[in-house]
Amino acid sequence: MRFSFSKMMLWLGLAFLYAPMLILIIYSFNESRLVTVWAGFSTKWYGELMRNDKLLDAVGNSLKIAFLAATASVVLGTLAAFVLARFKRFKGSTLLRGMITAPLVMPEVITGLSLLLLFVAMAQLVGWPASRGMTTIWIAHTTFCTAYVAVVVGSRLTEMDMSVEEAAQDLGATPVKVFFNITLPIITPALVSGWLLAFTLSLDDLVIASFVSGPGSTTLPMVVFSSVRLGVSPEINALATIIITLVTLLVFASWYYARRVEKSRIRDQLAAKES
Amino acid sequence: MALFRAIKKRFVETGWLKQRNGVIAIPYLWLLLFFLVPFAIVLKISFAETEIAIPPYTDLATFEDGHLMIDLNLGNYAYLFSDDLYLTAYLSSIRIALVSTLLCLLIGYPMALAISRAPASTRNVLLLLVILPSWTSFLIRIYAWIGILKPNGYINNLLLSMGLIDEPIIMLHTDFAVYVGIVYAYLPFMILPLYANMMKLDHSLVEASSDLGASPVTTLFRIIVPLTKAGIIAGCMLVFIPAVGEFVIPELLGGPETLMIGKVLWEEFFNNRDWPVASAVAIIMLALLIIPIMWFDRIQNKQMEQA
Repeated sequence: MRFSFSKMMLWLGLAFLYAPMLILIIYSFNESRLVTVWAGFSTKWYGELMRNDKLLDAVGNSLKIAFLAATASVVLGTLAAFVLARFKRFKGSTLLRGMITAPLVMPEVITGLSLLLLFVAMAQLVGWPASRGMTTIWIAHTTFCTAYVAVVVGSRLTEMDMSVEEAAQDLGATPVKVFFNITLPIITPALVSGWLLAFTLSLDDLVIASFVSGPGSTTLPMVVFSSVRLGVSPEINALATIIITLVTLLVFASWYYARRVEKSRIRDQLAAKES
Repeated sequence: MALFRAIKKRFVETGWLKQRNGVIAIPYLWLLLFFLVPFAIVLKISFAETEIAIPPYTDLATFEDGHLMIDLNLGNYAYLFSDDLYLTAYLSSIRIALVSTLLCLLIGYPMALAISRAPASTRNVLLLLVILPSWTSFLIRIYAWIGILKPNGYINNLLLSMGLIDEPIIMLHTDFAVYVGIVYAYLPFMILPLYANMMKLDHSLVEASSDLGASPVTTLFRIIVPLTKAGIIAGCMLVFIPAVGEFVIPELLGGPETLMIGKVLWEEFFNNRDWPVASAVAIIMLALLIIPIMWFDRIQNKQMEQA
């Protein structure tokens, strides 16, 4: 009885999660400007989208920031996760743990406001950043993405078999060598998914970017937000369809990649045991 | 390449201890500067006064005739407590976040249970299906609900055409829409920790319970739920804490009477340009959330250490 109830809830829950997105996709091909009334198939809103320069500029800004923030946060997040998972407790390790978990739940308005006030105070004190823009958004995104990357990489680090690392160390490899030759190749799938997660989080952020942005650094969510405030429009539906499709492809590709890596790892392990 | 070799040589020469400290220092300093220090500045500015200047607040410390004057202005806090708007906004944010968290738990728990009991091959696909929406744009997913809920939206059109109602039901710009939005956006964050916790569950305990004659409902509430307590707490904190400070959802789906503190902070900052009051609003929000945040932190750490 409970079994079938939970199964039913699963399907209802998935329907709840996907129905709104399906509706968006279907109505992005609607001929009419009235989004909720079907008036025939058309792809004209996609063409309209391509002619919207303001939007395309914002897409460029967003992609640039997301790429740089994801890359920086993978470096910082991996270092943080490695320190927490492999180093024995040191003075301040509790604080580091706290600074890794707190950003995961911190309301965005608080993070955004606090970073803006920091940048303003720094500009007064040391004269940098002279103005806010792409760099300040990049710093803000790198900071909160670092926490997510650290969690993803950290769980992989605690899961993995430490005996390989220990064996390398016993055979005389320096810690740096162990990290680059043993640990890094094993946690690569986690780095990839951490990078992708950071990339999508940065691409999606409205609130924090709104606080720390300046003139000329409008990101995609800001443009979408200002037009969504005015109501629904078929262009936004078309844009949503493109975003949903790209993300779906990206997530499935990374899932497939992770599964292949995992499978070949298991195969190698089995082969090693047999020989 | 020469640079790389020089760095490598330095690494080898300075020895393990210095490398270790260097490795710790990089993420540590970054997070200290860009996550912790900002809160101190918010606290400082919450004691300042608004001024028409750049930046738009007064300095706390002034130096006059050899006297260092520190001027702590408690006016912003007094103002927050004197105006009903803020108190109501805090209370209704907590109420809305609590109800949404509970709804997420009620919907997410059976979903997580069903996924954890699915065969190994479908389990991963189901999990992926749950996570996927949270990877696509948050803004877009909230936007989707405007079209669904508005007076001439999909639900009303459907019900009208079926003859079930005579005039559209007002759903958009109400608290109901805010609940729908929060549950929709945060449901995956509830399911993930629950699922992770259920996968660690020792199944022999569940079997023992049913072998001893407990009904499935008894087993659920006396064995499975208590054993997945950590997942329940983690999931609830992941939903509750950010939901209290939510801005986008009440802004797009809520009505004028939907008061949420994240929206109030945004308006103080962007519309009224009152940075000190916005800072005071943030400090009180943090004070309210510090206990849930520390609770979440402890649960996270315990799970990291157990693994």
